[in-house]
Amino acid sequence: MHKLLIDRPGEKMLLLGNEAIARGAIEAGVAFASTYPGTPSSEISLQFFQISRECDLHFEYCTNEKVAVEVAAAAAACGVRSMAVMKHVGLNVAADAVMTLAYVGVKGGMVILTADDPAMFSSQNEQDNRYYAKLSGLPMLEPSSVEEAHRMLPYAFELSEELAEPVLLRTTTRINHSSGVITLGEIRPRATRGRFVRDPLNLVTVPAVSRRLHVKLLENFARAQALSEGSPWNFIEGEGPWAVLCSGVSYNYVKDALDELGIADRVRILRLGFSHPLPARRIQEFLRGSEKALVVEEGEPYLEEAAKTHAQEAGLTLPIRGKAPDLFSRLYELDPSTVRRVTARYFGVPDRSRPAVDVSDLPAIPQRPPTLCAGCSHRATFYEVRQAAEELGLETVYPTDIGCYTLGLLPPLSMADYLICMGSSTGTAGGFSQVSGRKVVSFIGDSTFFHAGIPGLINAVFNNHNFTLVILDNGTTAMTGHQPHPGVDMKQLKLENYGRVSIESVVRGIGVSHVTVIKPYRVKKSIEQIKEALSFPGVSVVISQELCVLYAKSLKLPRGKPFRVGEKCKNHRVCMTRLACPAFYIWNERIHIDANLCTGCSLCAQICPEHAIVPARETAEK
Amino acid sequence: MKTTRLVIVAVGGQGNLLASSILAEAALIDRVPIRMSEIHGMAQRGGVVESALIFGPGHSTIIADGEADLLVGFEPAETLRALGKCHRESTVITNLAPLMPFTVNIGQGVYPDLKRLQEIIRAKTARLIAFNATALARDAGNVLAVNMVLLGCLVETGLLPIQAASVHTAMEKKIKPDLLEVNRRAFQAGAAAARENAA
Ligand code: SF4
Ligand code: SF4
Repeated sequence: MHKLLIDRPGEKMLLLGNEAIARGAIEAGVAFASTYPGTPSSEISLQFFQISRECDLHFEYCTNEKVAVEVAAAAAACGVRSMAVMKHVGLNVAADAVMTLAYVGVKGGMVILTADDPAMFSSQNEQDNRYYAKLSGLPMLEPSSVEEAHRMLPYAFELSEELAEPVLLRTTTRINHSSGVITLGEIRPRATRGRFVRDPLNLVTVPAVSRRLHVKLLENFARAQALSEGSPWNFIEGEGPWAVLCSGVSYNYVKDALDELGIADRVRILRLGFSHPLPARRIQEFLRGSEKALVVEEGEPYLEEAAKTHAQEAGLTLPIRGKAPDLFSRLYELDPSTVRRVTARYFGVPDRSRPAVDVSDLPAIPQRPPTLCAGCSHRATFYEVRQAAEELGLETVYPTDIGCYTLGLLPPLSMADYLICMGSSTGTAGGFSQVSGRKVVSFIGDSTFFHAGIPGLINAVFNNHNFTLVILDNGTTAMTGHQPHPGVDMKQLKLENYGRVSIESVVRGIGVSHVTVIKPYRVKKSIEQIKEALSFPGVSVVISQELCVLYAKSLKLPRGKPFRVGEKCKNHRVCMTRLACPAFYIWNERIHIDANLCTGCSLCAQICPEHAIVPARETAEK
Repeated sequence: MKTTRLVIVAVGGQGNLLASSILAEAALIDRVPIRMSEIHGMAQRGGVVESALIFGPGHSTIIADGEADLLVGFEPAETLRALGKCHRESTVITNLAPLMPFTVNIGQGVYPDLKRLQEIIRAKTARLIAFNATALARDAGNVLAVNMVLLGCLVETGLLPIQAASVHTAMEKKIKPDLLEVNRRAFQAGAAAARENAA
């Protein structure tokens, strides 16, 4: 049995934050879950995916976050408890649905989980999604710990049902990827079938309906605010003349800082876990009688601005500060020592904690950026596209997209010139080709193509742009942990009841007239095929098909035989400097191939001008 | 009980997260409060994997610069890179077998000299235990057991508030039965390395 289905209330379990969130949802009786994978949220969906194979939970990997919200919203409209899981930027994609879903509301509880990524451990920006709560008018809950996240989930569903609208649950990477001990609760039975009651005057958002629904949303807002005022998720701790307001993981850093500074008896904390709508009166009462207040929050001054507004309304004039050059930054994430240092400075108390060792005089340490795996087919495709463009003497622009292949940015491949968001490779290619006067070759992964690449390609065909789109089809969503997507052969995963969408048919159906499918490990042939595609005036598409090697390994597919560097090697290291496959290493001033890492893709063997790289069991002379 | 903060750094694929989860499980057995966090976004692409374990009272799940009482590095350059996590009283344990970053192979940067690396760490912290954990793992029967060698060394120092017996119980829970023997041998080899260092 899946460990998150264990029905032993009261038992303690050490869980990753994302596991604890999934468990909390299971305890709440979630019956319908959907997602598009994205770090730091991915493990939540992974749990749901695994659990759904053992019980009647319905789970879907969706083409994108907007679809994930839509399928879950419909389930909730029928009274089924549903959850849509995404990373913070995923909520941008889903926003169109969410903004009006806030008007329409739900019947069954619906939780939209947004996993924010302050400091951008694996994201393209660090936007603060608390503003989505403000923008949509929906309630937001924010846990401070793994243990609290687990407890908060059942409440989030109850709140959603009480207000008849979705609830946003916001985590940050440090919740998702921290582990803590939780106490298992009871699992509420799942109701997987619902009833749809036709009610177009409340469910079909034509202007006349929406005008009324907006009124309802504002009424809900007032009800939500009343709940927030009395909510135990917003609590006050401690006594003293100084005040600290905080939410999320910042609360942990504040607690530890006050203990370490020895001022826990002089500071009152208002921890805001029900962070939209904020409890205005509670904040005013909290601030009244304080000498000065510090707001400790990651990202934007969301609480700070609210605290200042509410203080002004109550005629309070105490200093309230948070984001400032001498205090907290809006950049990146907070940590215990930053919070300790700033708290000490603001309240004028000494910080006697031990300083960090001085690292200013360390010798330079070479960088260790993540890199494409040994044998990754993207390396072959990148090499071939570059080679083709060079042979044709083309000046190029290489827009790219989001996935493992974004790592092609790094030298020596250096095959990424522009990236803003999921799917941007297809849209931006059109703009670049129109104005730059250069040959535009865009890269997009298979999963990203389904997610947001298709409209840009249709646009290009319609507006008659001139570029080549290379679709890197490695049969999985590799970057986030090998989740399936609509192009995946689910039978390979021994899963029935799935359809399959062929990328090639989609591309041809869109009307792209030059479509080529290449096998990137056949280097010479691929270069010739790519040259043809690059020479085509108009939109051409190259689909580079080869399974991700890590995914192939997880499927236990047979792996290629390793290569070795033979006697013919002249040590000019063309292979290493052009490919930088991590299986290469230098030993005694010579290049070697690590047979444990080499997947036998043979790319290096095919490009070595000396033909010195040979299968490990043969010799170079043969 | 005082709070003990441990940072483990490794290169993706070295088994850092398994080692961390064994320690956390042992803490759970010993009823020691435990909080843990990891940065593992691109672990499988050869990047750096860092985990933080905090034993004892407190709330934070991450360890800021200057807060680690213990730093364990599975790779020497990564140990050095993470040195800012330490304070003057910290104990550092490091493997001495380098894994060359590909940036060095393509001529961007020079790998630090291992002797100098040890001198620096020794000068800035209270104690350094440095040895070739990879070789010990190989001798124990599986080079991939380097994580257990370092775990054995760490537990043997007695600086963590958990019992060796609980770590063994946790290992039984987390490691596949057919690999248990090799991992136990590796663990013992690491423990012996710690004793040698103390002697
Ligand atoms: S996980 Fe797959 S796609 Fe990603 S770098 Fe490795 S081989 Fe390439
Ligand atoms: S054949 Fe060459 S390029 Fe391919 S994995 Fe092996 S060493 Fe790397």
